[in-house]
Amino acid sequence: MPELQADRRPSRRWWFPVALVLLAAAAALGAMIGPAGGISSTNWEIIWNIRLPRVVLAGIVGAMLSLAGASYQGVFRNPLVDPYLLGAAAGAGLGASLVFIYGRVSTAGWLVDPLPLAAFVGALLAVTVTYTVGASFGGSSLSLVLAGVAVAALATAVQQYLLLRHSEVIKEVYSWISGRVSTATWSDVKLVLPYVVVCSIVLLLHRRHLDVLRVGDEEAATLGSEVRRVRLVVVIAATLGTAAVVSVSGLIGFVGIMVPHLVRLLAGSSYRLVLPLSIVVGAAFLILADIPGRVLEQGAETPIGVVTALVGAPMFIFVLRTRRVPA
Amino acid sequence: MSSIGFECLNVRYGQQEALYAFTDQVRPGEWLCLIGPNGAGKSSVLRAVAGLVRHRGIITVDGTPLATRSPRRRAALVAYVPQSPLMPDDMTGLEYVLLGRNPYIGYFGNETKHDRALVADVLARLDLEAFASRRLGALSGGERQRLVIARAVAQEAPILLLDEPTSALDIGHQQQALELVDRLRREHGLTVVSAMHDLTLAGLYADRLALLHQGHVVATGDAAHVLRPETLSEFYGVSVSVHHEPDGTVVVVPRRSASI
Repeated sequence: MPELQADRRPSRRWWFPVALVLLAAAAALGAMIGPAGGISSTNWEIIWNIRLPRVVLAGIVGAMLSLAGASYQGVFRNPLVDPYLLGAAAGAGLGASLVFIYGRVSTAGWLVDPLPLAAFVGALLAVTVTYTVGASFGGSSLSLVLAGVAVAALATAVQQYLLLRHSEVIKEVYSWISGRVSTATWSDVKLVLPYVVVCSIVLLLHRRHLDVLRVGDEEAATLGSEVRRVRLVVVIAATLGTAAVVSVSGLIGFVGIMVPHLVRLLAGSSYRLVLPLSIVVGAAFLILADIPGRVLEQGAETPIGVVTALVGAPMFIFVLRTRRVPA
Repeated sequence: MSSIGFECLNVRYGQQEALYAFTDQVRPGEWLCLIGPNGAGKSSVLRAVAGLVRHRGIITVDGTPLATRSPRRRAALVAYVPQSPLMPDDMTGLEYVLLGRNPYIGYFGNETKHDRALVADVLARLDLEAFASRRLGALSGGERQRLVIARAVAQEAPILLLDEPTSALDIGHQQQALELVDRLRREHGLTVVSAMHDLTLAGLYADRLALLHQGHVVATGDAAHVLRPETLSEFYGVSVSVHHEPDGTVVVVPRRSASI
């Protein structure tokens, strides 16, 4: 056996440490750069209370979106899907808007904040509709993406209509949608961390199953996989994680396509490697993507989603060109 | 070695009845080949055994109904080689054959040293070591077909189902693939059920043929018994001549219609 693996194993063993070093470097950079200058004893307060929560939150969000993207790509066997293209983010936005409109005040005293829950239900609903519609048109890459676009447009339209009828909450909703990474606090980190940890563990535990699913539902079934159960668990975990991070970060597109694709180009396509590497690389990527926004304009912030879209949209087109996607 | 029994197997797709009352007993170590025109129900038999279509009737392995088995247990009994396997371009040969070990790995488990050693052994015996680290997308049709068979062998199931295993291959690779199946059958005592279009090859390799027509078995027996010009002309609607070689091989040759 040893000589069989000799040609792949060494490179595989190196990718993880390399990615971790990248993440550490990104985090250090994120802590050092800001309008108030570099690290010194006087601005330690700034670093601890303003920059570090922001770095940690960006890392968590990047890790979760990338992991969720890679997992969706696995269960749907489609390199083009991510939480945004499947409509999960738009669904989460709609769910959250409903809470703002109909119950933010009345639910203020509740033990559990209904906001992430509503975002989750909205996201899960949107993914279910996208998948059902996509599958009914043959389930190809293209039909799934197109169904996702339609579902996202529908959810957004409903949301906009509701907001026009309830203009008193528009400001709250839009500040929620555009995210709070730039004003992140440690309490935001505490809010999402439990969701992200649980969802990540569940997804990582299914990484071998995602490899089995690569040969298609039927063959996976003849190999003894319980395909429906695997798909259900993975979709729920990825959607819950996405909804949780979206509820603090706002809409940040393309991370879930870009990072897993980059990982595959470098380290191969086995989900056993793609999932854990996507976590680390995704965290590093979003921490880095958060830096230009702070320094590009004096006194104002460029939202992180703008940066990821600027890098991600061309990348998406690149993926479309290089992958021979069955239509 | 395992036997496989069919009792009154019925398969329907919507309103369309694809297989009626298929009843057969495949002996341990026997190779049964299903032949018949397109849509005769050959694939339905295989897909029912693989658990891919709903069916009525009973399929037994060594006398025990297959329907009572868990998906993993079923996969440890029956390995299925589909007509056109889905082989991801960027998966390596080793990763692909390792999938055959899936029935033996717990839900949250991983391949053990034993699984990896067994797969390495399968690759060595099938002379496929060179493809272990190659991407599937870079391989030829014949090489890919051998990897699919290797995956089925790694599954260590006593029953092997082959759906048109040679339809995409040239004559040399057809022979190579079927010789490989025949060798594995003898080495491992596999029971093989296959569906094939090439009647001469079917007769050459299988112990027994079953001719299906519109979901019914219309003839069963050895090649000399089933492959008769009048039978083939009745159910395939073709004009053929059948030659019997001295070594017992039955050769089916299509004839041009005389009018042209």
